[in-house]
Amino acid sequence: MESSPLATVVLFRLGPIGITRPVVTTWAIMAALTLTAWLVTRRLNQSPDRRQAAIEGIVGGVAEQIAEVIRGDARALLPLVGTLFIFLVAANLSGVLPGVEAPTAKLETPAALAVIVFFSVHYFGIRARGLRGYLASFAKPKLIMLPLNVLSEITRTFSLMVRLFGNVMSGEFIIALVMALAGLFVPIPFMALEILLGLVQAYIFTVLATVFISAAIGDERG
Amino acid sequence: MDLKLISIIAAALAVSFGAIGPALAEGRSIAAAMDAIARQPEAAGTISRTLFVGLAMIETTAIYCLVIALLLLFANPYAG
Repeated sequence: MESSPLATVVLFRLGPIGITRPVVTTWAIMAALTLTAWLVTRRLNQSPDRRQAAIEGIVGGVAEQIAEVIRGDARALLPLVGTLFIFLVAANLSGVLPGVEAPTAKLETPAALAVIVFFSVHYFGIRARGLRGYLASFAKPKLIMLPLNVLSEITRTFSLMVRLFGNVMSGEFIIALVMALAGLFVPIPFMALEILLGLVQAYIFTVLATVFISAAIGDERG
Repeated sequence: MDLKLISIIAAALAVSFGAIGPALAEGRSIAAAMDAIARQPEAAGTISRTLFVGLAMIETTAIYCLVIALLLLFANPYAG
């Protein structure tokens, strides 16, 4: 029997909570990213060396993309969106490493990320417009649109989760299938495709999160 | 007919027919984006970003079909 893509394996238990494999992988990725960030930003210089220039390129690139989407100051969104993007790239690409399964290929990790995006949309919306103004924006074109707007908040969070999960999971599934059918070395082109898809999915998730947040902030600036 | 067999057939139908619509739609949107970039190469950044967001939205329907198929195969509430 093939293992179900919807089920997760509990590795060990911490009291009443079962710690599953994707959680352990996520912790490892978080630790690796934190350690890398700490090592790289330890000695920042006015004239950047090679390492610092690479990091500045990443941060500056993300900030530039955010600024183009929200047409304003990217600095408020940069910590959230940048972390989301870098974590997603690392998580999606970790499936390429032998013996590691991408945590985004299980339903729980995309669900947690989508919930983070869901709440930060409201946080940034309320911070930019105030509670009354933000709530009033749900009834924006006409009052009759209110249920549809509320419904779209939920469905777009759901589709954000399912899109990431479906793409990463189906990529790993196809590699496993080709591996079982054709054997060694044949899945390599699929793995190359999987690297590209992982990067594209990380980009799409981040851009969609930014678009949602900028819609909540409102277009009085744009 | 066996419930498992019906589930497998339904899953295959969901994925195969669910892929047709998004494939046509994505082809049309990419063709339109290519046309726009050819006419206005300086707007390529904005066009391709909007294209990616739109493609992601279109793709959602295909992903929903995939989820239905997965639910039928691995989490079917009726097959017991």
